[in-house]
Amino acid sequence: MARTIETVAEELRIPSPAAQLRKRVFGHYGLVFGLCALAIVVALAVFAPLLTPHDPYAQDLMGRMKPPFWMAGSDPSHLLGTDYLGRDYLARLLYGARISLAIGLFAALISGLIGTAMGVAAGYFGGRVDLVVTFLINVRLAMPVVLVALAVVAILGGSLQVVVCVLGLLLWDRFAVVMRSSVLQVRDLEYVNAARAIGCSTRRIILREIMPNVVNNLIVVATLEMAHAILLEAALSFLGLGVQPPTPSWGLMISEGKQMMLFEPWLIAIPGVALFVLVLAINLLGDGLRDVTAPENRG
Amino acid sequence: MSEPVLRVENLTIDIPMAQGTLHAVRGIDFELKRGETLCIVGESGSGKSLTSLAIMGLLSKKMRCNAARLDFSGIDLRKQSPRAMRALRGDRMAMIFQEPMTSLNPAYTIGDQLMEALQLHRPVGRAEARARAIELLGKVGITAAESRLSQYPHQLSGGLRQRVMIAMALMCEPELIIADEPTTALDVTIQAQILRLLADLQREMNMAMILVTHDLGVVARIADKVVVMYAGEVVEKGSAREIFETPRHPYTRGLLRCIPVPGKTRPGEHLGSIPGIVPSLIGHMDGCAFRSRCDVAEVACASDVPVRRTGEDHMYRCIHEVQPGAPS
Amino acid sequence: MLMFTLKRLGLAILVTFTVSLLSFSLLFMAGDPASAIAGENATATDIEAIRALYGFDRPFLVQYADWLFGALSGDFGQSYYFKMPVSTLIAERLSTTMLLGVCGISFALLTAIPLGVAAAMRPNSLIDRTALFLSVMGQAMPSFWFGLVLIVVFSIQLGWLPPSGSSTWRHFIMPTVVLGYYAMPAIMRLTRAGMLEVLNADYIRTARAKGASETRVMFKHALRNAVVPVVSLAAVQMGFMLGGSIVVESIFALHGAGYLAWESIGRNDLPTVQALILIFSLFYIVFTFLSDLVNAWLDPRIRVG
Repeated sequence: MARTIETVAEELRIPSPAAQLRKRVFGHYGLVFGLCALAIVVALAVFAPLLTPHDPYAQDLMGRMKPPFWMAGSDPSHLLGTDYLGRDYLARLLYGARISLAIGLFAALISGLIGTAMGVAAGYFGGRVDLVVTFLINVRLAMPVVLVALAVVAILGGSLQVVVCVLGLLLWDRFAVVMRSSVLQVRDLEYVNAARAIGCSTRRIILREIMPNVVNNLIVVATLEMAHAILLEAALSFLGLGVQPPTPSWGLMISEGKQMMLFEPWLIAIPGVALFVLVLAINLLGDGLRDVTAPENRG
Repeated sequence: MSEPVLRVENLTIDIPMAQGTLHAVRGIDFELKRGETLCIVGESGSGKSLTSLAIMGLLSKKMRCNAARLDFSGIDLRKQSPRAMRALRGDRMAMIFQEPMTSLNPAYTIGDQLMEALQLHRPVGRAEARARAIELLGKVGITAAESRLSQYPHQLSGGLRQRVMIAMALMCEPELIIADEPTTALDVTIQAQILRLLADLQREMNMAMILVTHDLGVVARIADKVVVMYAGEVVEKGSAREIFETPRHPYTRGLLRCIPVPGKTRPGEHLGSIPGIVPSLIGHMDGCAFRSRCDVAEVACASDVPVRRTGEDHMYRCIHEVQPGAPS
Repeated sequence: MLMFTLKRLGLAILVTFTVSLLSFSLLFMAGDPASAIAGENATATDIEAIRALYGFDRPFLVQYADWLFGALSGDFGQSYYFKMPVSTLIAERLSTTMLLGVCGISFALLTAIPLGVAAAMRPNSLIDRTALFLSVMGQAMPSFWFGLVLIVVFSIQLGWLPPSGSSTWRHFIMPTVVLGYYAMPAIMRLTRAGMLEVLNADYIRTARAKGASETRVMFKHALRNAVVPVVSLAAVQMGFMLGGSIVVESIFALHGAGYLAWESIGRNDLPTVQALILIFSLFYIVFTFLSDLVNAWLDPRIRVG
C-alpha cells in the first residue's frame, strides 16, 4: 500500500502558503479593523479639500462656538461646529489628520533610518560596534523624551519641520534594539555563512541576505513608532511647544479647547477621539502584522 | 496473588481539535504489581506519554479521558477530586520526565525543590526534610550531597539533574513510579547509568515502575512486562520474554528487526525499517491502524481486528493468528 | 555578583556623564544665552557684561567642566528666572514628582500584574479579552487627553475630586491613574506573555507531579520566574513615567519637578532645564541599575556562575 507524497499531502490537507497567509490576515480582526480605520483616516486626510468647503484657517468671529450636529442649535453647514475663533471644526479636524499622518510618517522614517543603521551594524559586526551602539541606546533611553523634545523645540522654535526632526532624532531607540536582536538571530545562519563562503561583499550580505529576513520586524516597529510619534506630537502641541497655532494640529485643538472644556466638553472630545482612533488603528495594524508574520509569538 | 498496584482497563483519551476529535489513546488495558517493571514501547505520537500523564491525573483540561477502570492500590482514580489526586501525586505515585534540563525550576535550589516534595505530603520540619534530601541524593549516587543542596539547577549537568529528578520522585517512597523516557535527552554513557540506577532503586524499594520508552534495548534489560503501542492502541502486550522470543504482531516484529544484534548483524547489512508514517488519528477510525504500513496486510484488516491471546498474559491484535513465516 | 554589580555601575556612570554632556550642550544650541538673559532692550555692553559675569566667554569644555563639578556637588547654578540656586528650586519640587511616580507605578503594578496573571491562567476567557482590550485602549489613549476627560467627568460632572493642585491626597488620585494607566498595558502584556510561557514549562509539570496545589504552582513556581522580566520593565517604565510626569503635572497643575520643567522651558530658564534633564535621566539610570540588581537576586542564573 504505497503512498505517494501527493496522497499524503491530500490526507493532511495542507493549504498553500498564500492561502494560509490570507486566512491569517483576514481572520485577525484587530488587523482588519486597524487597516480599515487607517485607510479611512488616510482617505479623509488626502481628500480633505473635497470633503469640506471650509478653510481650516478662515476665522468667522460672528459665528464662534457653534455646537456640533448632535447638539441643539447646530448649524448644518458646520457639522462639527466651530471653535473659539469661528473656524470650522470639521475642516480643522480633517486638515489636522494630514499633520498627524505627516509627522508620524516622517518621524518614523527618520528614526527608522537611524535606528536600523545602528541596529543592523551592531547586530552584524558585533564586538566594539555593538558595544558603542548598545551604549548609545542606553544613553538615549535615559534621556526623558518629552522634556528634551520640549526644550529643543522651545529653543529652535516650533514648526512642523522642527517637530518632525526632533521626534525623528529621539525615537530611534526601539528600531535599534529590535533590529540588533533580529540581525543577531540570522547573522550566523547557514545561508548567511554560505554567502560569506562564496565571497559576497558585506554590503551585499546585509542588503540581500539579512535585510529580507528582518524586514517584517522593521515594519512592525515602524508602525508602532509612527503611533508613538503622533502621540508625542499631540502632547508637545498640547503643552504649547510643538506645532504652533494656527496650524490645525489635533494636540493644539485639544489645548485650545481646554480653556472651554467646562462648558463645551465636545471641543476636546472630538479631536481626542480622532487621535485615539488613529493611534488605535496604527497600533492594531502593528500588533496584527506581528501576529501574522510570527504566529508563534502571539500573545 | 497480591492485589495489583495499578489496573487500567479500556483507557481512552480524546483531544478536541479544530478539525475534529483526535483519538490519541484508544482502549488501553494493563495491570502492574508491586516490584514489577512495565515498559510501554512505541514511536512518537503513539500515546504512551499521554497514558502515563492520564494515570497521574496531569492531562491538560482540554483532553478528555475515560476508562472502564483506573484503580491505583484499590483507589478508583476516576472518582478522585483534584484535591485527592494532589495528595496521591508525589506521595504514593511519582513521575520522572524526559527533559531533565528544563524539568527543575530555575529559580530555586535543588534542596528547596527536594524538600518541597516531602513537605507537601508529610508534616516534617526543615531539618528532617533536609536530612531526607541528603539521604536520597546519596542514594541516587550524587556525591557531596550536602553541598549540592544549595546549588541551582543551571549549575548541574543533565545527568545530575536527572538524578535529582529521580531523588525528588522518591522522596515520599512512592508505590508507583512512572518514568517518561527518562534517558532520551542524555548522553549514551549516562543513559546506561541512569537506567541501572532506576532498576536498582525499583528493586530495592519494591516499587511498581512504568517505563515509557521507544528504545527496545532498554526494554530488554529491565522490563518484566511490555506493552507495545501503535497509533494510540495496544497492538501487543505480554511478558518481556514472550515479546522478545515470540513476537506476534507485525509491528512488534518490525521494531525488533530495527535493532542490531551483536554477533548476528553483519557490518554493512541493512537494519530493518518500517516504511510509511503513522496515520492521522483525527475522526472516526476502524480496522487495524497499522495496515497502511504492514507488509502482511489484507483486505480484511480494514474491518474489525480480533484480539488474540496466547498463554496467560500475551495478547495481540491482528487478523493473522500466526504470522506468515514466523516460528509458532 | 560583585563583578556584575561593578560592571553595571560602571556603565551607569558612563551613561550619566554622556547625558550630562548632552544636556549641557543644549544651552549652546540656543544661540547666545547672554542676550537671552539680558532681555530685548539690552545694549551690547550689557550683554557683554552678562557674558563675562556668567562666564559664557570661556571655551565650551571649560564651561562644561565647571558645570559638571558644580553638579557633582549638587550645585546646578542660578536660575535665570527665579535668581536663586537651581538645586533649591528643584529640591522643593522633587518630592511631589517622586510621590506621584511611586503612586503611579504602584497603581500600574497592582492592576497590571493581577490582570496579566488572571489573563494567562485562562487564555481567551472573558477576563483575558477584557485585559487585552484595556491594554490596547491604554496604549492608544493620549495621556493628556485621558487626564482632561477624567477632570471633566470626576471634577466637573460628578464633583468628586479636585481638578488641580497638590495639597491633599485627593489631588493625587487622578494624576496617579493617568500616569499609571500609561505604564499599565506594557506591564500587563509582559506579565501575561511571561506567565503563559512559564506555565508551559516542564518544571511547572514537575511541580504538579509533586502534588503542589494550583495556587502554589501559580505563585511559588510560575510567578517567580515570570516576574523577572517584569521587574526590568517596571524600572524602565518608572523612569519613563517620571520623564512623562511633565504632561500629567501640567494638566493637573501639580507643582512638581515636571511642572517646573514646563514652566522653565517657557521662560527660557536654561540652567533649570539642564538640571532637570540630568535629574530625570539619573532617575532612569538609577532605576534600571537597581532593577538589574533585583533581577540578579531573583534569577540565580545571573547571580551564581
